[in-house]
Amino acid sequence: MMDCNIVIAGAAGEGVQTVGEVLADTLSALGYAVFSWQEYESRVRGGQNSVAIRVSEAPVNAPVLEADVLLPLNSGAYQKYVSRLNPGGVLLAAEGYRDPTLVVPFREIATEEVGLAIAANTVAIGALAGVLGIDPEALERVLDRHFQNKGPELIEANRRAARLGHERAASACRLADACPWSFPARDQRYYLTAGTEAIPIGAVRAGCRFIAAYPMSPATGVIKYLAKHGEQLGIFVDQAEDEIAACNMAIGASFAGSRAMTCTSGGGFALMVEAISLAGMTETPLVVLLAQRPGPATGLPTRTAQGDLLFAVHAGHGEFPKAVLAPSGPKEALHAMVRAFNLADRFQVPVIVLSDQFLSDARFSVTDFELDKAVPESFPADPAAVSRYQRYALTPDGISPRLYPGQSEHLVAADSDEHDPDGHITEDLAVMVPAMVAKRRRKGEALQRAMRAPEAYRSEDADELFLSWGSTRGAVREAVDGLRAEGRRLGMIHFSELWPLPEFDWPTGKRLWNVENNAGGQLSSLLARRYRLSVHGSILAGDGLPLTARTIRRIYNEQN
Amino acid sequence: MSRTDRFHSDAEVQWCPGCPNFGILTALKKALSELNQSPRDLCLVSGIGQAAKLPHYLACNFFNGLHGRAIPTALGIQAANPQLTTIVTTGEGDCYGEGGNHLLHALRRNPDLTVLVHNNEIYALTKGQASPTTPVGEVRGLHPQGLDLTPLNFPAIAVLHDAALVARGFAADPEQLKTLLVEAITTPGLALVEVIQPCISWNPHPIAWYRERIRPVPADHDPADKVAALRLLDSPEGRYTVGLLYRGRPRPTYGDRFRSAHGRHPLAELAPPPTAVVDQLLDAFKRS
Repeated sequence: MMDCNIVIAGAAGEGVQTVGEVLADTLSALGYAVFSWQEYESRVRGGQNSVAIRVSEAPVNAPVLEADVLLPLNSGAYQKYVSRLNPGGVLLAAEGYRDPTLVVPFREIATEEVGLAIAANTVAIGALAGVLGIDPEALERVLDRHFQNKGPELIEANRRAARLGHERAASACRLADACPWSFPARDQRYYLTAGTEAIPIGAVRAGCRFIAAYPMSPATGVIKYLAKHGEQLGIFVDQAEDEIAACNMAIGASFAGSRAMTCTSGGGFALMVEAISLAGMTETPLVVLLAQRPGPATGLPTRTAQGDLLFAVHAGHGEFPKAVLAPSGPKEALHAMVRAFNLADRFQVPVIVLSDQFLSDARFSVTDFELDKAVPESFPADPAAVSRYQRYALTPDGISPRLYPGQSEHLVAADSDEHDPDGHITEDLAVMVPAMVAKRRRKGEALQRAMRAPEAYRSEDADELFLSWGSTRGAVREAVDGLRAEGRRLGMIHFSELWPLPEFDWPTGKRLWNVENNAGGQLSSLLARRYRLSVHGSILAGDGLPLTARTIRRIYNEQN
Repeated sequence: MSRTDRFHSDAEVQWCPGCPNFGILTALKKALSELNQSPRDLCLVSGIGQAAKLPHYLACNFFNGLHGRAIPTALGIQAANPQLTTIVTTGEGDCYGEGGNHLLHALRRNPDLTVLVHNNEIYALTKGQASPTTPVGEVRGLHPQGLDLTPLNFPAIAVLHDAALVARGFAADPEQLKTLLVEAITTPGLALVEVIQPCISWNPHPIAWYRERIRPVPADHDPADKVAALRLLDSPEGRYTVGLLYRGRPRPTYGDRFRSAHGRHPLAELAPPPTAVVDQLLDAFKRS
């Protein structure tokens, strides 16, 4: 199967993202499965960033670091990324950094032949299209849309820039006999979506009506999307003064009957933790999207990690039920958001959805979102069926009928103090306090029975299993396939629902490896606690970059 | 049944016998009765402290949440259901201390909330530590050498930031406080009502000491005059001045734009969007 990885690198503000976006859109429009991810420094200008675009005929949705085509936009980018160029790969640049380089002087062409210096990047995009054998007209259609608000003159100038870049690169390719690729149009269309888009769309699907959040990378995109589209859709959006306010606002909205959420990253989530406990105590449904980045403290603001699993599982003082989900890609993220709202509603608990910078920012190809399988369910009580309403009525499964204030004559009272069924403060240690503790525990047991088992991949005949969770799924599957091709009998058990962990029939007699993008092996400690499992070995990273199949295979092979 | 009995609650009151908080409770019940407020459309929101227990003591919907966080919780409630009369009952430790940031930013949003601040100049529930309004020099649990922090003047801050209404009452004068609360509850936007509420357990002075110092807003004070209100609140006698201090110019309230598009229904009544709407959002990610 065709599998080509194109890396574009340059300083922040130099246009790396735009070049990548236009190329990804063009390949997607031609019917290819594109997977693009970016890594960038926490600054607005300067530094060296990269976008990687992996293109294939069917979705792979897993990152690779190594480039088949490398386009550095400056010499610093060349120096930083050249080691990632595969043997036989093509280096496309404005100057001859080394031999062989396909030299296309972007700036000179833009200035002298187009008469528009800022079109240099469009020359570069055209050159990339030339290297890849992309039909210039397909690129033109995407470019026209990209510049549609800039006026006919700029559109024409960019067309010309792209054509010149394309011609120059194509002829350099012919001379060097270096570019084996071609991307004829295919009769296939994928959605090309990032988590940061699919997550808010999942919230829309779920019937979320309120979001409050404080901006924090890599979670900001979620509230940004809803700020743009939400009001039109009837979603109340508020930028809170801090994460404490954001979480308490969401709890207030939920208490008043609205499906409500907040989103943040680790540092902001730390500020929300008291309110998570409040949602647990007051039995208020709450959905928190926690987009992970490396910590501790400020850590690496624009990088990725799976470092907050145990933090999410343990978030909140005291003992109360909560759920933790971790989708692996945009489709799963959309479904996980619906699932999160449904679980929060049904069990009246906080639900934390873990994503990370990689899942947030990478764009995945999705064949079908299967909305018919992501259906919002709510569990309202009927005010007419209640004679004397008690918000915290003691029930066999611990779940009390939920009404909202103003809905009916029934008054609704919620209390963060230990309370009686009416919601009033109690210190009746003999009867009421144990009854409420037991109620919350029963609810937790019911929640645990509702949680979904992990996904098994090629595990039946496997001697060894990779245990993974969240956004590393694509890379782990690819590593399993790669190691299978080397003769290893490997499989994967992948968790998307992490807390409370459900009953699961663990296959016996297999060597287990936990594969995680963190340094401590957080999943393995949860599995040890819940299933008394011990792993044979750990494949861990935690360097701020997404985990790739090649990294997994390298660490695995080093330990074998 | 008297009109205030409509708000009767069976919950056991945990305040000290004789606490001026009882006067605030009475004033609130009377104001709500006068406004013909029904308990079902009333939502009280509180944090932690003695004042924050108030919602338990009258019949209403309530959310007794975290210390300092009543205002954000109330904002969420109001966003979700603007038909509720939402009142924050809080103390100065809760609202000016732990949650001070939220009050500041609530002033920016101008939600249609009444924020009723019981100001006893002390942390009473935790037994007498200094609060954000304790006068300089008082010897307190964590300030055995005397307090060397200056008190916050939140009513002045609220005037500066154009709160819809700023008033101060005296807990020992429930009749006047009732009048101020009626004004506050019926004023669209953020109304800050601070109440001088001498703590009978931890304050150094008896109620009579306060009564001697309380003075009404001068007869010629114009509540629409922002500079006059600031001057009054900044003066030495400002601390004990009670009455309607300031009425801000009308301005949009929290969620107005949203409501003009979607009406004032509770958000809970909106069904999830149809599949076609979600499909349309997703289609933006298909390239051609």
